[in-house]
Amino acid sequence: MIGPVPDAISRDDVIHVARLARLSLTDQEVDRFTRHLGDILTHASDVASLDLAGVTPTAHPLPLVNVLRPDVVVPSLDRQEVLAAAPAVEDERFMVPRILGEQA
Amino acid sequence: MADSGMLSGWEMVVGLEVHTELLTATKLFCGCANEFGAEPNTNVCPVCLGLPGSLPVLNQAAVDLAVRIGVALHASVGPSLFHRKNYFYPDMPKDYQISQYDEPICSNGWLEPPGHPRVGIVRAHLEEDTGKTSHMGGDGRIHGAERSLVDYNRAGVPLVEIVSAPDIWSSGQARAYVSELRAILIAIGASDGRMEEGSLRVDANVSVMRKGATSLGTRCEIKNLNSLRSLGRAIDYEARRQVDLLNSGGVVEQETRHWNESTGRTASMRSKEEAFDYRYFPDPDLVPLDPGEDWVDRVRLNMAPLPADRRAALEAAVGEDASSAIAGQIATVVELGLDGLVTAAISEGVKARLAVARAANEAAAAADAARSLDAGRFVQLLKMEDSAQLSASQTKAVLAELLAGAEGSPEEVAARLGLGSMDSAVLDAALDAVIQAHPEEWERFRGGDNKVIGFLVGQVMRSTQGKADGKAVRAGLASRI
Repeated sequence: MIGPVPDAISRDDVIHVARLARLSLTDQEVDRFTRHLGDILTHASDVASLDLAGVTPTAHPLPLVNVLRPDVVVPSLDRQEVLAAAPAVEDERFMVPRILGEQA
Repeated sequence: MADSGMLSGWEMVVGLEVHTELLTATKLFCGCANEFGAEPNTNVCPVCLGLPGSLPVLNQAAVDLAVRIGVALHASVGPSLFHRKNYFYPDMPKDYQISQYDEPICSNGWLEPPGHPRVGIVRAHLEEDTGKTSHMGGDGRIHGAERSLVDYNRAGVPLVEIVSAPDIWSSGQARAYVSELRAILIAIGASDGRMEEGSLRVDANVSVMRKGATSLGTRCEIKNLNSLRSLGRAIDYEARRQVDLLNSGGVVEQETRHWNESTGRTASMRSKEEAFDYRYFPDPDLVPLDPGEDWVDRVRLNMAPLPADRRAALEAAVGEDASSAIAGQIATVVELGLDGLVTAAISEGVKARLAVARAANEAAAAADAARSLDAGRFVQLLKMEDSAQLSASQTKAVLAELLAGAEGSPEEVAARLGLGSMDSAVLDAALDAVIQAHPEEWERFRGGDNKVIGFLVGQVMRSTQGKADGKAVRAGLASRI
């Protein structure tokens, strides 16, 4: 067993990842998630202590390849039903606030 | 290279990323129709809208087309994985795009554009297309737009992204590469190749380095290249911009730039702090893909002939003497998919040059109709021209009618148009009448002034409503001197 790795992840890393995920965290939350994520990374780092030379990385937990479907059209959803779920609609399309507005 | 000579002391290095939409009936991970131009948001379902609980299932036909692309580009086709590329942008309702990352389906191929050096293919991978956003208000472009409208019909449409090595050193080579790649994709049935509809899209990574340098300069990625012409212009502009910047002591920033066709310039698209961090990770909803040798062999065996092979076959049919003189026309005929028509005509004894010319020039104007034209009718028509039964301009008129859907044999169509070789007595009368009506010009012609022959021929054509054969008119005038 490898002991706890105190700086497995920094506060700045957490702030960066939160920003990428568009999450707004309080200072206390940043502290808490830095600790939690650090614990997870430390736990996962146990794997690094094993000799894995020659072991193929696991891409998927199920031992399956080539799950495929035939190229056959099936009915789509009703448009009114789809657009009813949109916060705003214009011209039968989803309306969203301006994009890249922060630099306009 | 001639066209980068203007960068005196510098050379450009270009790598291209070509996205092609695949000609499948359905999307990559759901059964919604893959169709251009449908009413907005009518081809959408829980999978391509990213609704909770929906699960993607890979389209077998898309895999088959990706394998075809790999084989056509001499690439190795192997096991691959699907990753999630995470980003926030309303063109993908899931907030990620399913793509292939470190294990693409095809890798290490090459393509040889005719008349240019071979270009390496680093990889070709499957991914889903994004929805279509329209920016409203402002000036209609991204910057200054007040709001955006999104149509998700395109979200989830299968794409293959083909990434070239930085083996391209001129805009001419770049255009030839895309043009040949497009012809290949059309030939193997992977794509309709329509750049203007966005079914084939090109991004160019452009950098410059001092002649003889060994390490590459900082590159910029140029987007919004909607035609071969834009591609060529944008690359030349961008290389020039970077050289000017470096020559004046500046530094090239690695960034994405947008080509503006009307100003002929590229402009920076995003600010530096927006540096992307896509956090790729394997999509847990999708298992690995491994077509395997049998699948690849089956595709190889059933592959349609590639443009390079078809050009070679047509050149052989044309014969060595003529083929070098009309190489450009031969390439056009193959690109338009009219080589079957031309080969049929040549094998029926029509002069090769004539068959190639009519296909590359006149039939090209309506290539879709020409591809479905019965070869027998094409051959019959060209035989009428070959035997002087129809003049060149008459043949073109009949061909245009046939391509516009006229019924009947070429002979019947010619008759309906009142075309065909004129009765010689009628032509003689027309010639005599013109000579009588223009005695001055006639005397000048008799006196050896060949410049007036155009005028005299034109008068005969006018009086016969264009039915006379130009060659016969000239011969008739000459015989009367």
